[in-house]
Parts: sequence; structure tokens; C-alpha cells
Amino acid sequence: MKLKRKDLLGIEELDRSEIEQILSTAESFKEVSAREIKKVPTLRGKTVINLFYEPSTRTRTSFEIAAKRMSADAVNISVSTSSVTKGETLKDTAKNLEAMRPDCIVVRHSSSGTPQMLSKYVACSVVNAGDGAHEHPSQALLDMLTVKEKKGRIEGLKISIIGDITHSRVARSNIYGFTKLGAEVTVCGPPTMIPPGIEKLGCSVTTDMNDAIRGADVVMMLRIQMERQKESLFPSVREYSRLYGLDDARLNGAKNDVIILHPGPINRGVEISSEVADGPYSLILDQVTNGVAVRMAIFYMLLGGTREESHK
Amino acid sequence: MTRLVIKGGRLVDPSVNIDGLFNIYIMGGRVGTIKPADRDTTELVEGAPGLEVIDATGLLVAPGMIDAHTHLREPGFEYKETIKTGTQAASAGGFTSVLCMANTNPVNDNESVTRYILDKAKAEGTASVHPIGAVTVGQKGERLTEFGELKAAGCVALSDDGVPITDGTVMRRALEYSKIFGMPVVSHAEDPRLAGAGVMNEGAVSTRLGLKGIPNAAEDAMVARDLSLAELTGGRLHIAHVSTKGAVELIRSAKARGVNVTAEATPHHLTLTDEAVSGYSTFTKMNPPLRAQEDVDALRAGLKDGTIDCIATDHAPQSTIEKDIEFDKASNGIVGLETAFSLAYGLVEDGILTLHDIIRALTINPSKAFSLNKGSLRVGSQADIAIIDLSKTWTVDPKKLKSKSKNTPYAAKTLKGVVVKTVVNGIVVYDGAK
Repeated sequence: MKLKRKDLLGIEELDRSEIEQILSTAESFKEVSAREIKKVPTLRGKTVINLFYEPSTRTRTSFEIAAKRMSADAVNISVSTSSVTKGETLKDTAKNLEAMRPDCIVVRHSSSGTPQMLSKYVACSVVNAGDGAHEHPSQALLDMLTVKEKKGRIEGLKISIIGDITHSRVARSNIYGFTKLGAEVTVCGPPTMIPPGIEKLGCSVTTDMNDAIRGADVVMMLRIQMERQKESLFPSVREYSRLYGLDDARLNGAKNDVIILHPGPINRGVEISSEVADGPYSLILDQVTNGVAVRMAIFYMLLGGTREESHK
Repeated sequence: MTRLVIKGGRLVDPSVNIDGLFNIYIMGGRVGTIKPADRDTTELVEGAPGLEVIDATGLLVAPGMIDAHTHLREPGFEYKETIKTGTQAASAGGFTSVLCMANTNPVNDNESVTRYILDKAKAEGTASVHPIGAVTVGQKGERLTEFGELKAAGCVALSDDGVPITDGTVMRRALEYSKIFGMPVVSHAEDPRLAGAGVMNEGAVSTRLGLKGIPNAAEDAMVARDLSLAELTGGRLHIAHVSTKGAVELIRSAKARGVNVTAEATPHHLTLTDEAVSGYSTFTKMNPPLRAQEDVDALRAGLKDGTIDCIATDHAPQSTIEKDIEFDKASNGIVGLETAFSLAYGLVEDGILTLHDIIRALTINPSKAFSLNKGSLRVGSQADIAIIDLSKTWTVDPKKLKSKSKNTPYAAKTLKGVVVKTVVNGIVVYDGAK
């Protein structure tokens, strides 16, 4: 199975069947990570470059492990984007990397739209590992896989995403993904962190956390960036935590079989209490495990041997 | 003395409410006589020395257009544009006069820079250049420049365009002090704190693209302040690049109260919405940003009812260094001189404005707003003329633009209305056939 596209830039452009194909492929790859020898030769001879313009531990490691378990060669490049280290332009970097003939560039960048730009410059596949506040497709795919595994379905579920929606690429990708698979998505946060027109992405909006939790099958908590305080988006961590933090008391209002997700890294005691993060409803570590499988599936479906071209 | 005759064209001159077929006789750079084409019995000796005849049959003949808002980038940013290439772009677009903004390097905040620009324009320019001096020294928003010296050197208005004047008292003093000289103060109306780190219009599109938005309120609030100050002082205010519905309404009501204000809108704000930013092309990044459809509609209505006086390009050349990078890091602005008329004419074709509306907004209105005594073709007036074929289309090819920079969002778009010839001071400075 191969995707009918060169790149994975976002969930917005995927249709339902493509998402389902990636998820089912990821399910089949989970078994590889459970083996004693966690490697398949599928992508031997392929080169993947992880080009990270933003610090990341989890995502970069996950992509790297995924590539290696598929026997692809993975190279990591971390670039500082601070204005003091004005280096070569993204375009020049892209062109130079391309000259080394990689098969795929995985890119993370603080500027929204960067993977789109990169994909125009290079002939190889581009995978968006998070661009600004735009999209983080592999995260949404691993979230969907985690929910599907636990609930057996996605169609008809109620998903609540709580936190700083304005600055969240995870929220955007998940709104697209879950609604495309037939779930109902509600976003929740203080009005200062709800961007205008978000409902046009297909979700409903509330500023009342109890509303968001009541009846939800899935509660996804987003990491709050402490520095947003300076932008007057919330007055204090204390008040934010009181109004939008998830703890056991809040969870009382939830369904008995609610599941809790968080893309990490978590701020314990801020958006999520330790009891909840480590508690029975939390699937935070399952998400991380599934991340590897989803990224293996992405590589396989973009670079894999059963290319559609080869059947022509 | 050279003579130029433009024969048989459709002369449209809203300043004198003329629309008909006329022959225009030009001598010594000025309009000699204008005769109805069907009753003109003048016999011209073809090929006579010093006589040039342009057959404008089937073509539009209009007063040369005046761009109230151009960035020529010289001195200081010659890699983006020079006075030579910028005025060539103007000529190719049918503009015979451009008002150039002060955000050069050094800033045009004293007579030596003004004189440098004018000398360069005289030596190399193909259009009349009217510098706009800075309101404050170095455009820092603190100390007023010497308006008297700038005026004497040739500046026609004052503006810190590119940088909003955040200190209300500085703006107040500028509006008061400029009254001595009758010079308009051109406001780049934007509250920089409200605009924040925004890179496009705030709305559903910025949310979808994950780009930081600039709310309409950033413009509305500053337009409201400047209108209040114009009312307080009786000073002469011109609002640059109006982009919001709110600003149009504020200006409309201020005009109704008799506030001494004029305003301009750009062809891009009249024709594109923030949807154009989808795809992250940095050629759709400008300040003020492309807004929503209701704003576009309000600007069009504003032009129609005279709330917006001028169509001005905000021609802002940027090189690939500033544009071929990440969207949020790219510089603002697009080139506009060569597409302005055709874009405006598109609004005529679409039945939104009349030909007279757009020509008025491109000729006599900017002339009046900046006291240029141009934009009209009467006996004795300076022979600045644009000859345009309204029946022809052209496809925008950035490589073929005269401007040194190619940052246009209209690449590959087919537009109607082709500039055939442009005449400045009775001399053909642009010939599309060449």
C-alpha cells in the first residue's frame, strides 16, 4: 500500500480512506516493536533525514527509531533558528540536503507552512513533524490509533481537546483527523486561547471545562506554555490550573470509560495532575508507543517497496 | 519645438467630466488644444520634422496616473529597486507621477536626501517623482523633521509610512505644524501592539494556517485616533492603504463631519482576500494584510461613494532575500505599479466600479489630495497622458516586469487593459510595442 502523494504535510489534505489506511498499516507494524529483534528490512537502502529546527526529544527520537526499525538510514540534523545564528536559508539547506539524495526529509519548524515550502524545493518526500501552530499530522495519527485501539472505533465518539488551542498544531491536526473519521470534536480553553473561526475546521467550542468533560469519550489535554502568561493569555499558572487543569475532582464529571491523552511533554500539576497523568484512564505512554508504529507506517507508505509506480 | 498629436482616442478625464473622441495637440510639453475628433479639420503634414502622431483610435486616453504611495527604495535599498527601475515600472503601468515614501536609508528626513532623490529622478527617471518627507527624524516617532526645509526641497507630503506614529502627541503636533505649509500628513494607521507579531489578517484563515493574525482593530483604532486628531487640529490628514471595513466607516463619518481627510486603498486590498495566503506564498504577505471579503466589499463601496479618494499601489519591491524564506520571517509588500490599472479595470469589467470611478481615483483625486496640479487634461496643463487598450488582455509574467523586484501575487494571472503608451511632459516615455 502506498499513499497517492509525495509528502505528508497535514491531516487537512488527507481523505478518510487514506487516514484509515495509515492506521491499519500502523497496527500491523506494532508487532515489529514487540519482537526480540525489532527490525524489518523493508526500507533498506533508504535515507531519512530528520531536519529539526525546534527542540524535540520525543518526536525526533520516535521518527528515528521508526526509520531504523524499517532498516532505513536515519540522519538527524538539529538547527537553531534563533536570530543570532543567522545561517543559510531554509531553501539553501533544503537544496544542499537534496543534493545528497535522501528519500525523505522529516521537518519540524517553528514557522507554519515551512513543510509546504520545503516540499516545493525538493523532489524527495517531506514529512511534517510539526510546523508552527499549523499541523502535526503524525501526532494526530498516533492519537487516532491510540483511541481506535482502546475504543474499537472512532466514529461517533466525543473528543474534547482542552488547552491553548490558538498555538496548538496538535489540536488542528486532531480536529481534522477525528472529524474525518466521524467523531465529534469540542475544543475548550480560555477565550484568549481560542482562535477566531476555529469552528470552521469542524469542531464546536466551549470555554467551560465541565462542559468539555461531560460526556466525552476522549479528553485530550494540551501542554500550556508558561511564557504565554507574558502575553496576557492567562493571568497566572495557578488560575489556569484551577480553571482548565485536569485532576481527579474534574474527572468525576466524566464518563466511566473516558480516556485521557496528552501529546507531551506534560506539565505536572498545571494542565494535568500527577494522579490523572499516571492514573488508570491515562494512555499517555500508549501514545508514545503508537507513535513509533504510526511513523513506521508513514515511512512505509511514502517510501515503501510496493510503489504504485512499480506496478505500472 | 517638438509636437505630439494623439488622434482619435477616447478621452476620459473625470476632472472636467469629459468622455468622448478627441484629438489632443501637445506642444512644448503642454496640452495646446483639444478638438473633437469628428469636427477636427486640422491637416497634419505627416513626417514633418518634430511632429509625432499617435493614432489612438479604439484606445483609451486618460490623464497620466498618479501613484500616491510608492516605495522607490533609493537611496539605500538599490538591490530592491532604484529610482530608474521604479519609474520605468511606473511608466509601464501608465503612471506619470509617483509619490515616494521616506523609508529609505538614510530616511528622507532632510533636504539633502530629498534633493538626492529629485536629482536622480531628473537624471534617470521616466516619471515625475514627488518625494514624501518623514514626519519624524529617522522615522523614530519622536522629533518632528523640519517640514519647512522638506517642503522647500520639494516634498509634497509627510509620512513615516512603514512605521506607525504611536505617540498621539507627536501625531497631533505634526498635524498642527504641517498647517503652515499645507502639507498632508500621511498616516500608516496601525496600532503596533495590537498587530503584535501578526503576519496576516486575523480570522478563520489565519486560524486554519496556524499563522499569527492582525485584527482589524489594529487599523480601526489608529484610524479613529488620527481622525480625532485631525478634527482637533484642523490638520490635513491622509490615511494610507485603508484595509478594513471599520476604517472605511470611520473615514466616511469623519468626512460627513467635515474633517479634512482623504484616503487611499490599494489594488490588492480591492481584489484579494486573506484566502490568497493559503499555500503560504510570501507574495501574499503585506502590511496591512489582505483582509476578509466584507472588508474588500467595504473598500469598493468606499471608492464608489468617495470615502476612499485614491487608488494607490503601495508598490513595495522586495528581493528574493526578503521573500524566498519562511512566511512569518518574510518581509511585507508586493510590487504594484505595473498591475494597478488592470486590476482596477477588472473591477469595472465586473460591474463594481465605472471607468470614471477608477480613473478619478488614479488621476485627479491624488492630484487634489496632494495639491499637485496634475491629473487633468485641459488646455495648458502638463501633457502627462496614459494610452490604454481596454480590449486587450495580458498575462502577468514577473520576469517581464520593469521593476527590479518580482514580488507579485498576480503571476500568471490574465488581466484586462494593456498600457500602450505613456507620455510625460509631452514625451513618450513608454511604448508597449517596443
